[in-house]
Amino acid sequence: MSPEENRQPLQSSLRVQELLYGLRISEVMTNKVFAVSKNCTMRDVRVIMRNNEISGVPVVDSKRVVGIVTMNDLMNALEEGRLDDCVVSWMSGEVQTLAEDMPLSFAISAFGKFSFRQFPVVNKANELTGILTFRNINHALIRELSRQLREMEQQNENPPEPDSLQFTKVYQLARYDFENGGKASSAIKKFLKLRRVPPKLVRRVAVAGYELEINLVAHSIGGMLSFDINDERVKISSHDRGPGIENVDDALTEGFSTANEWIRSQGFGAGMGLPNVKRVSDEFAIESAVGMGTMVQAVIYLTQEKDDENK
Amino acid sequence: MKISDLASMEQFTCLQEKYEDIEIEAGYTSDLLSDVMGNAAENSVLITIQAHKNTVAVSSLAGVAAIIICNNRIAPEDMLAASAEEGIAVFQTSENQFKTSALVARHLDGRAAE
Repeated sequence: MSPEENRQPLQSSLRVQELLYGLRISEVMTNKVFAVSKNCTMRDVRVIMRNNEISGVPVVDSKRVVGIVTMNDLMNALEEGRLDDCVVSWMSGEVQTLAEDMPLSFAISAFGKFSFRQFPVVNKANELTGILTFRNINHALIRELSRQLREMEQQNENPPEPDSLQFTKVYQLARYDFENGGKASSAIKKFLKLRRVPPKLVRRVAVAGYELEINLVAHSIGGMLSFDINDERVKISSHDRGPGIENVDDALTEGFSTANEWIRSQGFGAGMGLPNVKRVSDEFAIESAVGMGTMVQAVIYLTQEKDDENK
Repeated sequence: MKISDLASMEQFTCLQEKYEDIEIEAGYTSDLLSDVMGNAAENSVLITIQAHKNTVAVSSLAGVAAIIICNNRIAPEDMLAASAEEGIAVFQTSENQFKTSALVARHLDGRAAE
């Protein structure tokens, strides 16, 4: 693949998307949170919403989110002349929260899945730490776009050498598209072979890339696979939009599989995909949330051969 | 044993002959492609009943040099086209995987299937 291809407009937009998907919710959310306690009234909520131009207020009990009052709830209370009611009477008690260390891609899935306009964000102790709206995501997108454009300008000024290992590429993969599953890994394998990367390392990259590619095709509703390569390492990231993994430990156990018969008939579903990726990687990380998606990152160092011959 | 040695055996019919006639160093028998991906050696022959394009993709990435399709399974056109593009030989046999593995192992000149 030529550097020119790497700078095609479509590919550049995919790169931005990948960067955006790489963000954490904590990097994008609003940290300044307006919340009310269970004892507050709907009138208090009205003042907060009006003064701060927001459309929803979480209700907290000892910093834990126990409900949310939306503009709709406020309008209903107003219509019935019950603004002095306690918020507990009007709030929605079943609140979908997001964890602040989740990838932003999970939040994008949540916005698609639920019709909420905002999500309270909580920390590991389940305490409210922020609010995430689509506006936050738009701002992050603009910020990342600007950064990407600056990078592209710099790249144009200093085009990489033909045999350079500097390379970034993002591939989109659709559910059950076994026809195209494998193309990305093949292309990366050829790229690395042409640059005389040792065959053992090329094979490890190919294994990790292909397994992640097939995971996206066979087990997700679609997503993206990115390769970020430099002289030091190959970083492979996969992000999908769901359905998420119920038990990550199970998924990392050789032989554990949730594949249906059709997937098995295609030769997949042996329950070795993620274990294979982990085995060939020098660094491996996985995050998953049911209903929102899965993110896997595998890093393979190019600077030295691993001692472990079995890799 | 070279790939052409497989072609000369009466048990095998060569379905795709655009390949470099390299020395086969090992064999691997499996119908699970992730298993092949994780364990098949470079320059090996894959013995399987998985007759489709994905088998070629996995073979190419794992460095498998030849594929033997057992039980007379039909190799579809797109599989043969992909294997021609990748330079991977494809053979067909009426034997099952067990008998084929034993036969190949005997011809690997001491390098039994790994």
